[in-house]
Amino acid sequence: MTLAHPALSDNQTDVDRKRKVRVVSKRRRRVENALIAYSFIAPNFLGFAVFTLGPILFAFALAFMHWDGSNPMTFAGLDNFWRLFQDKSFLDAFWNTIVYTVVSVPATLICALGLAILLNQKIFGRDFFRTALFFPYVASLVAVAVVWNMIFNPDMGLVNMVLYTIGIAPENLPGWAADRHWAMVTVILFGIWKSMGYYMVIYLAGLQGINSELYEAAGLDGANAWQKFIHVTVPQLAPTTFFVTVMLTIQSFKVFDQVYMITQGGPGTSTLVLVYHIYNEAFISWDLGYSSMIALVLFLLVLTVTVIQFRRQRED
Amino acid sequence: MRIAGRKISGGTIAVYLTVIVVTIIMLLPFAWMLSASLKLDRDVFTFPIEWIPSHPRWQNYVDIWTKIPLALFIYNTSKLTIIVTVLQLLTSSFAAYAFAKLHFPYKNTLFLGYIATIAMPWQVYMVPQFLLMREFGLNNTHLALICLQAFTAFGVFLMRQFYMSIPTELCEAARIDGMNEYQIWAKIMLPLSKPALSTLTIFTFVTTWNDFLGPMIYLTKTELKTIQIGLRMFISQYSAEYGLIMAASVVALIPVLIVFLSLQRFFVEGVASSGLKG
Repeated sequence: MTLAHPALSDNQTDVDRKRKVRVVSKRRRRVENALIAYSFIAPNFLGFAVFTLGPILFAFALAFMHWDGSNPMTFAGLDNFWRLFQDKSFLDAFWNTIVYTVVSVPATLICALGLAILLNQKIFGRDFFRTALFFPYVASLVAVAVVWNMIFNPDMGLVNMVLYTIGIAPENLPGWAADRHWAMVTVILFGIWKSMGYYMVIYLAGLQGINSELYEAAGLDGANAWQKFIHVTVPQLAPTTFFVTVMLTIQSFKVFDQVYMITQGGPGTSTLVLVYHIYNEAFISWDLGYSSMIALVLFLLVLTVTVIQFRRQRED
Repeated sequence: MRIAGRKISGGTIAVYLTVIVVTIIMLLPFAWMLSASLKLDRDVFTFPIEWIPSHPRWQNYVDIWTKIPLALFIYNTSKLTIIVTVLQLLTSSFAAYAFAKLHFPYKNTLFLGYIATIAMPWQVYMVPQFLLMREFGLNNTHLALICLQAFTAFGVFLMRQFYMSIPTELCEAARIDGMNEYQIWAKIMLPLSKPALSTLTIFTFVTTWNDFLGPMIYLTKTELKTIQIGLRMFISQYSAEYGLIMAASVVALIPVLIVFLSLQRFFVEGVASSGLKG
């Protein structure tokens, strides 16, 4: 049996060839599929890689460089890092950012939750109220900030006029944006006013996801409204609260626009915040390395808080 | 809710009262703005406030168009907003389709690239981004702002989350019917993803229209300015002309108001759903 049966061998090679063709076509199809998939991703990913990923990597490198944007870049090691501790403006900006965050995050959250609970009841004109309360969030910042400045004008603004009318002595009237003790309050109030409606809507969605049977069961157990709130609403809303807290914290750490428009960081450095300092160091002083080091601090702040909050969420 | 229904009417009255008072406070700045925009500068700060001016000064609304190139600012902003929104919707939903429904090498690595930057504030890398754009010669062009805002991780993430909820069997059935991937995207996925698309439209529209720091860094030429920085420039130039400033502010708010009111149903749903999915 040196020679195989012609028909058999023919048949054999045929099967082999078919299998080979199938393997090749399978591989070719896989390559083709990958190419198709990449063609879907490419338009977005190229833009994203060039204009976001690239600059992010560059930002980390720049933090350890000296550069004014025109002369050659030089390696700075940790110079920019040590400089942070001697920079009074940075320390003020860091502190102010923390103060802004610590005050405005819980305040906004409580206002948003309170309003959401009120609007979650069957009240007449609910859609109107919801829309009206949401509107400040989408309104142009420049337009509303200038109104804010006029309403909070210490000498002739509406707020102080009202305070004066209800009997507060002129020398006790707050100086708002012009007073170093009140400037931060003014900025925080503006922030709460502007963003409250957005988080209220998120809370409304959360409230609508709570099973009404839970309230009925609590009612059968004799719980009053407050107990229902504490034992049903709050735990059921935990995922929403988690999301809102993370969002609000990140938003607060990167606050800039409203500060720029209401107080310009002043008086003195009383409302200087981190992003404002980054902006000044980069586009006013052209100290690009140092401004990137401040940006790195901002990034680490955001990262730390996000990680802590995710950890806590997982433990719960 | 039934719990509220059973409550005594005193509680209901308190709810109404609180909601109405809060709403009035929230809308007060807008009422003040509108009222001041129809006044002479010297009447803007009179107290008690004359909410509806007895002699409305409509001239303010005529003067603003000649005092500053307001129409040009609105045109610039509209142009930027429309281009950014269209690019964002197209490229995000395109990429999201591949991430949600196709299999390819390095899929997870690439997606991780997006996820890792989603919580990264733009302010962290705005300086190197500016330097890069300057290198490309894009300083003082609208193209810089388009590149900066059109390809976001948020857009891809939002669309992908939505596509994940569409059954894969639907795509497989379409493949058997002989559709290619591009047809499946265009004829099946896109029409199904209207809620996600409107959410993304709204977010992109609001962000681009209201963006301040971006245009402030990139656009220094007056003829390129957007409404936000244009208005800001006007405010610092004519800081005492309160009536005019308010009129210009009202005009700047109108486009947002129109878009918001016509899409507000989607707005609320969109915010709510993106919030839940995180």
